[in-house]
Amino acid sequence: MNAQATMTGSLYIVPFAAATEADYPRMGGKCASLARMIALGAPVPGGFAVATDAYAAHLATTGLRDSILAELDGLNTADVNDAEARSGRIRDLLIGHAMPAEVEAAIRAAYRDMSPSDDLPVAVRSSATAEDMPDASFAGQQDTYLWIVGADDVVTHVRACWASLFTGRAISYRADNDLGQIEVLMSVAVQEMVDARSSGVAMTLDPINGDRTKIVVDASWGLGESVVSGEVTPDNYIVEKVLMQIQKRKISDKHHEIVADPAAKRTLHREVDADRRTAASVSDAEVIEVAQLARRLEKASGCPQDVEWAIDRQGRLMALQARPETVWSQKKAPAAAFSMGIEGVLGTLLAPLQTKN
Amino acid sequence: MTAKIGFPSAYDLAAPKGAEDWRDLYPYYLMFQDNRRAEEDGKFWFCDSQHWPNPFKPFDAVTVEYAVKCLGQYNTRHYLVPPANGVDFRIHNGYVYMSPVGVAPEDIGPRVPQFMERAGHYFMNWPDLEARWLDKVKANIAEMEALSFDDLPEVVPVDWVKGGMGIDNTVPLSETYDKAIQLLYRTWNYHFEFLNLGYAAYLDFFGFMKSQFPTISDQSIAKMVQGVDSDLFRPDDELKKLAKLAVNTGVSGNLAAGSVDQVLAAMEKSEAGRAWVAAWDGAKDPWFNFTSGNGFYSDDKYWIEHLDIPMGYIRDYAVRVAQGLEIDRPTAEIAAERDRITAEYRELLDAEAQGAFDGKLGLARTVFPYVENHNFYIEHWSMSVFWRKMRELSALFHRAGFWENADDMFYLNRNEVRDALFDLGMGWGAGAPATGPTYWPAEIARRKAILTALQSAPPQPALNTPPEVITEPFTIMLWGITTDAVKKWLSGNEGGNKLEGMAASPGVVEGKARVIRSANDLGQIEEGEILVTPVTAPSWAPVFGKIKATVTDIGGMMSHAAIVCREYGLPAVTGTGTASSTIKTGQMLRVDGTTGEVTILSAA
Repeated sequence: MNAQATMTGSLYIVPFAAATEADYPRMGGKCASLARMIALGAPVPGGFAVATDAYAAHLATTGLRDSILAELDGLNTADVNDAEARSGRIRDLLIGHAMPAEVEAAIRAAYRDMSPSDDLPVAVRSSATAEDMPDASFAGQQDTYLWIVGADDVVTHVRACWASLFTGRAISYRADNDLGQIEVLMSVAVQEMVDARSSGVAMTLDPINGDRTKIVVDASWGLGESVVSGEVTPDNYIVEKVLMQIQKRKISDKHHEIVADPAAKRTLHREVDADRRTAASVSDAEVIEVAQLARRLEKASGCPQDVEWAIDRQGRLMALQARPETVWSQKKAPAAAFSMGIEGVLGTLLAPLQTKN
Repeated sequence: MTAKIGFPSAYDLAAPKGAEDWRDLYPYYLMFQDNRRAEEDGKFWFCDSQHWPNPFKPFDAVTVEYAVKCLGQYNTRHYLVPPANGVDFRIHNGYVYMSPVGVAPEDIGPRVPQFMERAGHYFMNWPDLEARWLDKVKANIAEMEALSFDDLPEVVPVDWVKGGMGIDNTVPLSETYDKAIQLLYRTWNYHFEFLNLGYAAYLDFFGFMKSQFPTISDQSIAKMVQGVDSDLFRPDDELKKLAKLAVNTGVSGNLAAGSVDQVLAAMEKSEAGRAWVAAWDGAKDPWFNFTSGNGFYSDDKYWIEHLDIPMGYIRDYAVRVAQGLEIDRPTAEIAAERDRITAEYRELLDAEAQGAFDGKLGLARTVFPYVENHNFYIEHWSMSVFWRKMRELSALFHRAGFWENADDMFYLNRNEVRDALFDLGMGWGAGAPATGPTYWPAEIARRKAILTALQSAPPQPALNTPPEVITEPFTIMLWGITTDAVKKWLSGNEGGNKLEGMAASPGVVEGKARVIRSANDLGQIEEGEILVTPVTAPSWAPVFGKIKATVTDIGGMMSHAAIVCREYGLPAVTGTGTASSTIKTGQMLRVDGTTGEVTILSAA
């Protein structure tokens, strides 16, 4: 069967909204997850993947492949300084080389489709292929660039993402584990920035106790980084999953927020003004909307999910990321013996539930 | 405010002023007797203001006597529920206090085999036995309906004399009274034949769900079990049908004609109107044997005797139908929602637990229709007929000059009524005046004053020191009284502008409070108000179209009131303990039926 036939977009570019299952391997984990969310009907900011083929072409047609291999020859992974020095030189090579013309043209065209006037802020993120992700911390070393505006900057930052494959730690890791250095491929996500009024995370179980009847929503002002990093104590909601009712809400003092500074093409950390600090960062209706989104993703993927979300200044809810919850989902509940029928009733009479606690 | 560690002793609770002689109203065995103080004070008693929110007239005590005695017998003598006997009860200052009777630990084990045999038979043959139950109850009602109390004639009928009957008319009169009381006793035996087991099976499913999902809301569990079509909803459904019929056949204008008689007279003038009257007559028996009270009080008003009540509701419904509003309960949506919720929780369980879920839910659903339906057949239909017959007897006495008002008989206890019957018959037999007419009016006036005084003081939530942990299953199951609830009573809700109760039906609303102490005041409720009351009854359904939310002092998640609130999509907070005495009519409230919190936002 010819997989190529069912793939979407060009060889180098896959728009998230058009991607099919067959495209996922060449989009990397992050892009595939965004495409999957869209396929499940979740609202996701628009964008495209710069497919692994683009990176491969960059290596092949510019002669970079051989230069990189030469730089890695004789790598001593026990020597951190040696690895870092080699890493620096490789990354300079990757960033310094112009892309093949057809790759660059494809990226520019894809960005132009999103932003005809060349002014839409986007995030440019590395999207590693699955085999290349031994653990979460490694994935975290790959780069993310926010509030990138204009095709020129997009192209520059795509190269920067590619270069992030060759950090000192990454090349040492691959060498130690006999993974090919040059065989590892990378895709890059180019995605519309959300000018978040409020954002946060939603988990489709209660992380405190693993309770699967709950969806726990954390929310704060501005971009989600402040919630994820723990800089701010977010508003916290517990939503009953099946009835979709808010059962608990704790509104916190949110002193700090990260917001877009589109003029300066960056994000801005600032104090939250007094009247918003202790006000709810999301309405009850928005909480339910977030919970429904998380529930939909959980149902579609068949396991508990962690969802990052944002609500923009127009009040539109967006899913930014969804991944399987790993802590509770891997715990096996102790096997319980259930007594049935009248024996069950007898057990209940002998020890009414409310006496147990 | 310091938390109390216990409740007062009945022996230290003086009667309110003017009610010092309240003990004259009730039989000796319902009272805390002085020579049993040590024993009585050693027990924990809770007030059942859920079923008996107001002080009893002497006659009305028969409902608590029969109901609670029959509840107990099924645990103690029919099924031998291993850890639980019956419920002991006393009346103090006009209110009823209950104390469940446990089983000695060493006796619990030996009762198990008998319980398995006896209760097991019921669980295995539930539908058949339930069908037989319905036949028995209907036959019992028919027997009650056939009773008649006839005025004593001037002379014994001549054909009785010639037929050699050998008795006078006082014999059937007193026998009919005895028969009525016996049929009432049967009514309450039947009431509990299935109820305790039904609740236990429900609680087994409930406990299973809580074990799987410790924070699952009681509402979710209730929604999976409760039925969509309960006979309890039929009376209200009949009113809606009649309202729609009137609108659809163009005769709804007649509903505004005035009194019930005037409405019916106006209807009689047209073909369509006559068809409507036929439908109205058809609905009455049995569905208007329905009370806006709870069936436990002689002054509960039954629709069938107060046709203005259903007619008023029909008129309200017709207005809404004419406005194009949907008045039917959304049964299809309720059923779909129940299926959705059931499937979603099931899906969250592992395979083994899913098997247990299916079995326990199946049993809970088998037993639950009884838990819902019995209320119509007993509290509404049977009690409607019983109270009507007793009012007929009271009126007979009234005609004989025994008392001033037609319904005064209820100021006598049920055994005193026998005495009065003999008094009546004795005078009739002797041809001399009976004593009653010169004895009862003053005595009844004295008793009325005592009752008025009793009503001025609310009951204590409980008496004496509570057990550290409440383990008695029926206290928890039937009254919703848990260790936590008792703690809340002790710490009190006073002082703040917040009340906490059970989140019985979800949603948040704000509105003006209307405090209602008795079903007779339901007419005061205005559109958009929040009903605040010691206890709601499901038969208040037609007012639910007007109100925004309900707050009660007592009642749990599966109280009929909570069920109806959920059906009508109204937020409800039940079991607040003190809402009806803390909240004043006219205050602005926020009712959060999802968290169980009631906030007083402003003064009246």
